[in-house]
Amino acid sequence: MLKRLFLLLIILPTPVLAALEIEITEGIEGAAPIAIVPFGWQGMAAGAPLDIGAVVAADLSRSGRFKALPTRDMLTKPTDATKIRFRNWQALGQDNLLIGQIRETGAGQFVIQFQLFDVYKGEQLAGYSMPSSAKSLRHTAHRISDMVYEHLTGQKGAFSTRIAYVTVKRLGKGKSQYRLQVADADGFNPQTITTSAEPIMSPAWSPNGEKIAYVSFEAHRSAVYIQTVFSGKRERVSSAPGINGAPAWSPDGSKLSMTLSVGGSADIYILDLITGSLRQLTKGYSIETESAWSRDGRTIAYTSDRGGKPQIYQIPVQGGKARRLTYEGSYNARPVFSPDGKSLAMIHGQGGDYRIAVLDLDSGLLQVLTKGRLDESPSFAPNGSMILYAAKKGERGLLAAVSADGRVHQKLVMKGGEVRDPAWSPFK
Amino acid sequence: MKSVKAALFIFIGVFVLSGCGTTGSGESGPTDGEGGAGNGYDSGASTTGIDGGETYGAGAYAGNSVFDPANPRGTRVIKFAFDSSEVAAEYLPVVAAHAEYLVANPDKSVVLEAHADERGSREYNIALSEHRGNSVADLMKFQSVSPNQVQVMSYGEEKPLSYGHDELSWEQNRRVEIIYFGE
Repeated sequence: MLKRLFLLLIILPTPVLAALEIEITEGIEGAAPIAIVPFGWQGMAAGAPLDIGAVVAADLSRSGRFKALPTRDMLTKPTDATKIRFRNWQALGQDNLLIGQIRETGAGQFVIQFQLFDVYKGEQLAGYSMPSSAKSLRHTAHRISDMVYEHLTGQKGAFSTRIAYVTVKRLGKGKSQYRLQVADADGFNPQTITTSAEPIMSPAWSPNGEKIAYVSFEAHRSAVYIQTVFSGKRERVSSAPGINGAPAWSPDGSKLSMTLSVGGSADIYILDLITGSLRQLTKGYSIETESAWSRDGRTIAYTSDRGGKPQIYQIPVQGGKARRLTYEGSYNARPVFSPDGKSLAMIHGQGGDYRIAVLDLDSGLLQVLTKGRLDESPSFAPNGSMILYAAKKGERGLLAAVSADGRVHQKLVMKGGEVRDPAWSPFK
Repeated sequence: MKSVKAALFIFIGVFVLSGCGTTGSGESGPTDGEGGAGNGYDSGASTTGIDGGETYGAGAYAGNSVFDPANPRGTRVIKFAFDSSEVAAEYLPVVAAHAEYLVANPDKSVVLEAHADERGSREYNIALSEHRGNSVADLMKFQSVSPNQVQVMSYGEEKPLSYGHDELSWEQNRRVEIIYFGE
């Protein structure tokens, strides 16, 4: 409850409305205490255009690995290293301290300085100065979060990345409006990149983060499109008779695997985006779909019901013998490799519930991470720390995230609509 | 016509065999829970349509025998068991009746809109629903319906009839809708 209040407080003063409100629902115990002092302001206006400290505090809290000290509990609010009394912060039980300043250097131009300290050693761990335009202040704040996170955890931060997802608004009389949107990883700055009266599905970011492949039924039948995120320019790459679905990029971005049923049944095909050639990878009357490329680009994991029930299999990209990867449970589908390539996240059906599970590829151990009834569409953060997925509550679909160890749970709730099919962007 | 009758004979044989041991009224067929699916193929899209799309859902079906509830062809929705694409025995006469009509009316054609319930993954459900559509299409083709008269469109879980998250809703949503062009 305290956390919810805190997040609400820091969301309120920001000028941009969040489409998705993020709520940490579980797992903040054991998080490292950090004090993030409101950044100082030197400029013409009465106050800073953005509360950068608050954005950083929200980012770090959302990771579940940090617990930001509420500003009202701070005894002093130094913005300059010479004013820090480390003993005060020790007394408040803080491990780390972040201070900073925003300086206006011209019209709409700023320099943001920040310093990160180890409270017990009384030492500076990092100090940076970054220029930023007014428009990119939030992004700059997320980059600060990335740097703090990396300094303190040793793992690259993913706060300045983005997420894509599909929203659905029911308009009555059986009509709906589907939107493919892209937002910051914290749900801010949502932008619609495609709107349709027919379903949009399965967005997939290109490895360089510049394009999104997705499925659209806008022509009353499925087709796969590739759209450049910034220009909005797009290309239809597949509209074969039957299914055109489940696009997945090769790690080098030169190929797109897809599910097509032009051969009679859903099978996996690989489209070479440079030459335009199409190659069928799997064959058979059973369902083969939801391909995912291994990190080295040599194998593809996918869902197949060749054994009667959907399970995960793996096949060399050049073709060959498929190997079954999942044996636990009667329903395993929609595999996605972790960024380090060591595990696969998937939908795991057990006792009538569908949950997100992670399979360790070395040990073969399957760990169920979520607790929903209808969880689906897992997508890893590019640093592997979290898995974003779609869940259902009441008649609505919402996004949720779980840390890769299953400890931290959060919910991303969109007001006035349904949200589904999330895809976390790569690092840029 | 002879071949149609032969096909139907085999078909009914299959029905009788597979219908063994089931209780209830295969003859009368299930009632159409969707009121004849009069909502038809209401695309509601502002984007480019497939050929003939403008006549979808025009709803001019009053008095047409296809929609006679007493006729097996009055049933236009075929329901499926979870994760199954097998046409249940109770629906075989329904498919047979539609097939017979299509054979007798080669100018008519149908879209088999195939759907799945929301459980599991979206793309798998697209493929699963296509299998359902294909099962119905194959039965029709087996009865000499021309492949040109039958088209399968798989929507997976994207277009549910019922939005609940329970077996009652799921049962409604696991379906193939038989939709006639131009009616």
